[in-house]
Amino acid sequence: MSSTNLFKLFKIRGGVHPDDRKKLSADQSIEKLPLPPLLHIPLQQHIGAPAEPLVRRGEEVKKGQLLARSQGAISAPVHAPTSGRIMGVGGYPAHHPSGLSVRTITLKPDGLDEWIEDLEPASEPFSLPPEEIAERVAHAGIVGMGGATFPSAVKLNLRKRYTLDTLVINGAECEPYLTCDDRLMREQPLQVIEGVKLMARALDVDHVLFAIENNKPEAQAAIREAAAHCDMVTVVGLPTRYPMGSEKHLVQTLIGKETPARGLTADIGVVVHNVATAKAVHDAIFLGQPLLSRIMTVTGGAVKQPKNVEVLIGTPLSHLVDFCGGFTQTPERLISGGPMMGQPLPSTRVPAVKGSNGLLALTTEETQTSTEMPCIRCASCVSACPCGLVPLDMANHIRAGGLDTSVKLGLLDCIACGSCAYVCPAHIPLVHYFNYAKGELAARQRAQHKQNETKRLIEARNDRMERIKQAKREAMLKRKKEMEAKKKREAEASAVAGAES
Amino acid sequence: MNQEPTVFGPYAHAKNSVGRTMGLVMLSLLPATLFGLYQFGWPAIFLFVFTILACLVAEALSLRVAGKPIKPFLMDGSALLTGWLLAMTLPPWAPWWIGLVGALLAIIIAKQVFGGIGQNLFNPAMVARVALLISFPLEMTLFSQPTPLFSAQAPGFLESLAITFGSSDTIDAVSSATTLGHLKTEIGRGIALQDAASEGASIWQLLMGHSSGSLGETSAILLLLGGLFLLYKKVITWHIPVSMLGSLALLATIFHLVEPQHYVGPMTHLFSGAAILCAFFIATDLVTSPVSTRGQILFGAGCGLLVFAIRTWAGYPEGVAFAVMLMNACTPLIDHYIKPRIYGRDKKGEPLNYADEGADIG
Repeated sequence: MSSTNLFKLFKIRGGVHPDDRKKLSADQSIEKLPLPPLLHIPLQQHIGAPAEPLVRRGEEVKKGQLLARSQGAISAPVHAPTSGRIMGVGGYPAHHPSGLSVRTITLKPDGLDEWIEDLEPASEPFSLPPEEIAERVAHAGIVGMGGATFPSAVKLNLRKRYTLDTLVINGAECEPYLTCDDRLMREQPLQVIEGVKLMARALDVDHVLFAIENNKPEAQAAIREAAAHCDMVTVVGLPTRYPMGSEKHLVQTLIGKETPARGLTADIGVVVHNVATAKAVHDAIFLGQPLLSRIMTVTGGAVKQPKNVEVLIGTPLSHLVDFCGGFTQTPERLISGGPMMGQPLPSTRVPAVKGSNGLLALTTEETQTSTEMPCIRCASCVSACPCGLVPLDMANHIRAGGLDTSVKLGLLDCIACGSCAYVCPAHIPLVHYFNYAKGELAARQRAQHKQNETKRLIEARNDRMERIKQAKREAMLKRKKEMEAKKKREAEASAVAGAES
Repeated sequence: MNQEPTVFGPYAHAKNSVGRTMGLVMLSLLPATLFGLYQFGWPAIFLFVFTILACLVAEALSLRVAGKPIKPFLMDGSALLTGWLLAMTLPPWAPWWIGLVGALLAIIIAKQVFGGIGQNLFNPAMVARVALLISFPLEMTLFSQPTPLFSAQAPGFLESLAITFGSSDTIDAVSSATTLGHLKTEIGRGIALQDAASEGASIWQLLMGHSSGSLGETSAILLLLGGLFLLYKKVITWHIPVSMLGSLALLATIFHLVEPQHYVGPMTHLFSGAAILCAFFIATDLVTSPVSTRGQILFGAGCGLLVFAIRTWAGYPEGVAFAVMLMNACTPLIDHYIKPRIYGRDKKGEPLNYADEGADIG
């Protein structure tokens, strides 16, 4: 293990230094949330196809039992977070700004918290073949727990298609307020490191960079100690700057190479996984336990006692808020995730999902909302953009309806980190414009796809009809000929008969 | 929870605003302004206040006509700053109507007609100054000797009122040429530069501002101080000031070394006239300068080149306003062609391709 100081870091462009507000919750140890009266477990908590339910209303399930299996190449199963009775499979408000109803399994805990019997911890985890590690991770329903929720097993299988040399563990936690990864690294460093080693084995790499921002010295020390006997893990201290935790920028900081546009970090031989994902991988393989809970930071100026809480998947957020003493005032904004890239939530009714790393209840003072003014072309956004874009230009084109131009200017290279909107003195909601444009483009693509499909189907139908007609005509012709031939034969036959008689 | 429509994040914001940006610029102008007002006395104070008031009134009227909310736009400080900058580039004892016409030109023609704050192609204060200089060459080139407030030769309060608001005859008695104007005339008359320069202000006088000139441009050192404050506060970046002053100094040095008889040295170029004021406060105008750093360097270098060319070969002794306006016109073009490189893409905008590296072509 080499020292932080010796590790050469590379500079990334742009970025901002928001007030990190981590003090609110950084010193709170992880507490286990008591069982809520009901759990609402959505079937889609990941990127990809939703899981397919395997249980019915009224069924009794044990903790860890498979509730819905993954379907398709990119999907993830969900498991029962505790033992109890299935109350139904139906619609429930999603953990999403829209609050729209999504398919959700509702489970009423019986309070016994009884595990299923056939947990299969690996007896010798480090002699498992890479394929099996990835398979067990897939079966455990593990997804990227930094918030991206991409099924982790798919990422662990990248070695099949790319030449990989490095695994990067993302412990940057560059979002303000959030401290869940910090606490996890401080309190369970050994499990995290074991998970990291398993992931390195699955990816078949022998070089691991464990990156932690310098505002978390305790976490750095804990991980360094846990990794002391592990030569392949290098703990690296990162300068505190947002968006240091952005996958592509983190990799650039560590190895000095940019990920090609529209590509993956695997293109340059690197795979990035989150700290909490490493811990989940440890649990899945060492203990045989699927992903049933996660650590969330509940914080913000409107929360009475900010805490780091281990939460069962499906727990209504209101239960979490009550556990933290409730609100001291009506929050101006309720946010899932960090304040920079998190999403607004419609209410605290929605459940905690695999990707929720934080619940923030922010006051008006914290959000610094202000009326939008015209752009003064101050170029603050240009110097803050870590992707080398000209946000003010893109926003102007989007406002004028020039979506195609905004794409040419790099709209699809935008990672929506929000640095531009954060520094904008005119308080222009730049990310809102970009998200609108991205959504609009996706909608257009869908419409275009639909149009093409309809056209293809119509053409296929016309072809088919034409072929049927053709076949009919041919058949008619054939029958006509046959009839004529028959008549002819008959005439001939009768003539012969006439002659004979 | 509020019932506002959902707006995507971030839900945190740096503690800044348009008003704060404008306020910082004004704060950094304060030392040089106060010095200018002290140095040129009551008439300068009257002109300064009058020009700013005229700008504010013109802004309020324009906003009313345009049907925009008056208070938030008036309070953002942009009209105040335009008036301030315009006043700083006027001859300190100019009559009131120069300030008025300038204010109307700056706010109505150069700013509001283009669509208000952030939309103008040209720096409003420079548009006004250039229009005034062309339309009223006499009033715009009558510079008074420094007569510090309360000094013996300074005009009294009432006398000053007459200078600013009365007839323009009174100022003839004390008018004096600026350093650049003086040198230009002398060189034009065929007098060698060394002889001409002996009569003008020394570099030290220029630095401190004990010379005649526009209201706020005289004290190079105070302007420099304000500029450094703006850099420190990150309202502006170093690119435009450094490239502008650098190219101006470089050209001046080369020509001065080749033919010292005809070409003024770099120190005079840098510290006389409005070079420093322009480099830190006018060329760096956020609205009318390019947004990329490379674009800003090009813009600044262009300003420096044009300032030198106009001062040296054109009819006017000072060319800052013309230079900035010409480069303002180039800003959309610069922004179109010079953009930062996008992450993960090469300079042409194609995705990076590491496979090509080191591979033999063909």
